[in-house]
Order: sequence, then structure tokens, then C-alpha cells
Amino acid sequence: MSRHAALTREHLRVNPIACEAHGMCAELLPEQIALDEWGYPLVGDEPVAFELLELARQAVRACPTRALLLERRETR
Amino acid sequence: MSVAVSAPSATLPRLLDGVPAEGAMTLDVHLAVHGVAPWVGGSRRASAARSPMIDEVARAGLCGRGGGGFPTAIKMRAVADAGGAGSRAPSWWAPGRRPIVVVNAAEGEPASLKDRTLLEALPHLVLDGAALSAEAVGADEAIVCVCSLSVDAQESVERAIVERGGQDRVRFSIADLPARYVAGQESALVRFLSGGPALPIFTPPMPFERGVRQRPTLVNNPETLAHVALIARYGAGWFRQLGTASQPGSALVTLGGAVAGPGVYEIEHGASLASLIDAAGGATEELRAVLIGGYAGAWVDARHLPALALADEQLAPYGARLGTGVVVLLGESGCGPAETARVTRWLARESAGQCGPCVHGLGAIATCLEGAVAGVPEGGSQRIAHLLSIVSRRGACSHPDGTARFVESAVEVFAEELAEHARNGPCLACATANMLPLPASRRGGPR
Repeated sequence: MSRHAALTREHLRVNPIACEAHGMCAELLPEQIALDEWGYPLVGDEPVAFELLELARQAVRACPTRALLLERRETR
Repeated sequence: MSVAVSAPSATLPRLLDGVPAEGAMTLDVHLAVHGVAPWVGGSRRASAARSPMIDEVARAGLCGRGGGGFPTAIKMRAVADAGGAGSRAPSWWAPGRRPIVVVNAAEGEPASLKDRTLLEALPHLVLDGAALSAEAVGADEAIVCVCSLSVDAQESVERAIVERGGQDRVRFSIADLPARYVAGQESALVRFLSGGPALPIFTPPMPFERGVRQRPTLVNNPETLAHVALIARYGAGWFRQLGTASQPGSALVTLGGAVAGPGVYEIEHGASLASLIDAAGGATEELRAVLIGGYAGAWVDARHLPALALADEQLAPYGARLGTGVVVLLGESGCGPAETARVTRWLARESAGQCGPCVHGLGAIATCLEGAVAGVPEGGSQRIAHLLSIVSRRGACSHPDGTARFVESAVEVFAEELAEHARNGPCLACATANMLPLPASRRGGPR
């Protein structure tokens, strides 16, 4: 059985210079963001699933240093 | 152009043709060897996007020689386009958008000497290339960036600019770069030349869109520009007479380590490494491994030596790329793990200190390697593998990626030695490990 989650074209990206490891993003969106041993987010390359898009937007807004970005990428 | 220059034969040397044994080739000699650089002409801004010069560079298949290997013509076109050179808009329409050319001679790679050698010995070849590129992209300014420690190169460029007596259609200046490994990273260079610290920035914008002082900026390595100077004279067909189909032309290589005649050599892409070593007087001892591409490059086991050819396609099966053209030979008497640990600690210290995964990750990797060399491995090979996997692609620049590649290759190539160190602790060669060159400590210097 495989249910394909509908994917958006939005991808998460971290500005590593701005990121100060507050970890809010991983709290809000554990489905797509994990933290490394120093508390910095590990963000996958895959597009954000449709049902997670609102949470992803919240995570972007919640970042105290505005280091989390949602970027639209056209499929190649 | 009235001065006809007959194309020289297809053999080497090309860049190093007539190179003086000492000091710089004067402008007179340079012109006698290569002839006058042919201006491709045309009104600068209107025709630049379709500049015949850029087309010729594209046909030549020239790729950047600063380590990235990006096609030079694509970069030139992007800058010309961003400068509005292709549009019909008159130049007053977009003031301040006139492109700038930056000659990136930072050469932060400690084992590389080719860029400063070019500037010291053949400054006019590089300045020709910069002037021709400036014309092609519609720039009227070219900044030659040289590391503050390369005093001879700086003086040579200064003298060469004076010698040219303002005959170029581009204004040359020299910028004194701080001696930092990451200072030569394109965005760091752009930030520095715009008045900031020489540290990478988060992109976009890319330099070709908005670079130095917000202007579209063409950043090129000196060797790349020297090739441009020759392609402009002799054409793409001539350029392609040497090298491979995917990597045409010749390249400068800095050969070091266990070799009789270390130094800068010009090779044809695809030439065998064995032939280069022979040309350099041979290895001084039985070889254990070869580092290719510098400290962001990869170790290759010396047993592959007979098959190694100096072109990316041929090196790919061994996980290596020619990169900045650094080749260091490690003899059997050396200790690969100790050399790698030393350099990795240095690379960790050279982090710009801006991105968490780089700051913490590279230090942790260095600590891990040092532990492995001392025979007290922390968490074993799994720990290193984990750390390598989590630093890649997580910095604003590719410094962590390059370091990870370098260490990963060491773990693979020196697996036996690492196991041996885990059992018995440091080897005899550990204490004297100094085959890979490192600059003198420069902590506390300008950033």
C-alpha cells in the first residue's frame, strides 16, 4: 500500500549564517526538520507535503532570526 | 586587427611559453611572444551579450581554474546580460549597473602556487585576459585581488599596470586580500570589495546578478583569464588541440610532496600523472597516496597511479577532481592519517565562524581524526562517517563540503593505517608529518 502525499513545489532552506539554533522550526515541524547534535536544523531536500505547508509557514514565521525560508522551485 | 599573430603549434607550453627564469616577463617580451591582444571591438554595451569573444570562449569549452570548474562563457554571458548589455536600453537607463571584473588571485589553498606564479612571472597574460573579459561583458573596471602575503605577486601586477600605461580600455586596480582560506570564495570576495569583511554571504544574489557595489560582477581565476588571453589570439580550435573533449586545453598544476622537482607545471588535460612525475624528476621514494585537488580534494591510493590521468572525467572513478590543480605525493615514509588530521584541524580553524554546522562540525571531525591518529578513537569510524554526512551542504559556502570530501577520502584510502593506529597508537612518521604545506599561524590577523 502506498499513499502518495501530495507535494507542493515549496522547499525549506536554512540560511546557515542567520541560524542561531533556537530550534523553534523543529518543534513546529518535526515531520520535516530534525536537529543535529548542536541544535542546528537538518532540512531535507524534498518538497514540503501539501498538508504540512501551513505548519511550514508557521515555522518560517516563528524563527527568531528569520533563518528558515520557504522557496518555490520549479520542477526540472 | 592589423597585427597578425600566427597560431603557435599545438604543443606545450602555452601559458608558460617564454616564462622567465626569474622575475616577470616585461610587456615588450610579452608582445613579442604573443602579439597584441585583438580587440573584438564593437560598441561595448550594445553588442556585449553577443560578444564574439564570449562565443569564442564558449566554443573553446574553457572552464574556470579556481577549483569550481564552471564554464567560463556561461558566467560571462550572465554578467553581460545582468549588465543590460544585450538590451536596447541606453547606458543612462540603468546607471550603476555597469559590470565589474574581479581577478581572484586569493589562492587560499596552501599547496597551490600557480596563481601567484602566473602573476609574478606572466602578469600581462592575466591582465590581457581581464581586459578582454571586461570588454566582452561591458565592464570598465577590473580589480586584481591578491593575498596580502603574496607581496611579490602584488608588486609584479603593480609594475605591469604601470608598464601598460593606461592603454587598456579598462581601469585596473589592486586589492589587498586578508590571508584567509575562505577569502577567495566568490561571495566573500564580493563582500570584501564592497567594504565588508572577507567572509562568505548567503546567496542569492549571486555575484553575477549583484556583486561588488551592487554591480554585476565577473569573478575569474587568473589562470582562467590567461587562457582567455590566448583564446582571443589563437581561437577555440587551437585551444581544443590539447586536452580532452570534455576538458579542452592545458592547465597549470602545482606538484609537491615526495618529488624531486616540486613546482608549477603546465600539463595537457588528460595527461598521465606518471608522465608529470617523470617530467618533475621522479618521485623521491615509493609512493603511498596522491592528494589531488588540494584540501578540498581527495586522496587516491598510489596503486592506481599507472591509471591516473589529469582530467576530471578520468579522475571521477577515484572520487577526485583536478580542482585547483594541486597534486601532492605522499611517500611510504609518511603518515596519511596524521597529515590529514593536521590539515583538518587547520581547515576547522579557517572556518569563517558564521555557520553552526561548519563551526562545530569541522572541529569535531578534526578531534575525531586526532583521536584516531593517537590510537584513542572516539566513537570509531562510525562517528567520523556520521559527522561527515551532517556537515555537507550545510554552510553558506562549500568549505564544509570540501573538508568532508578530503576527510572521507582519507578514511577510505588510509583504512589500514587507521586500523593500525587504533591498535598500536601513533606511528613513527606521525610526529614528523609535514608533507602537506600549511601557512604559518595567522590567528589574530585581519579578517
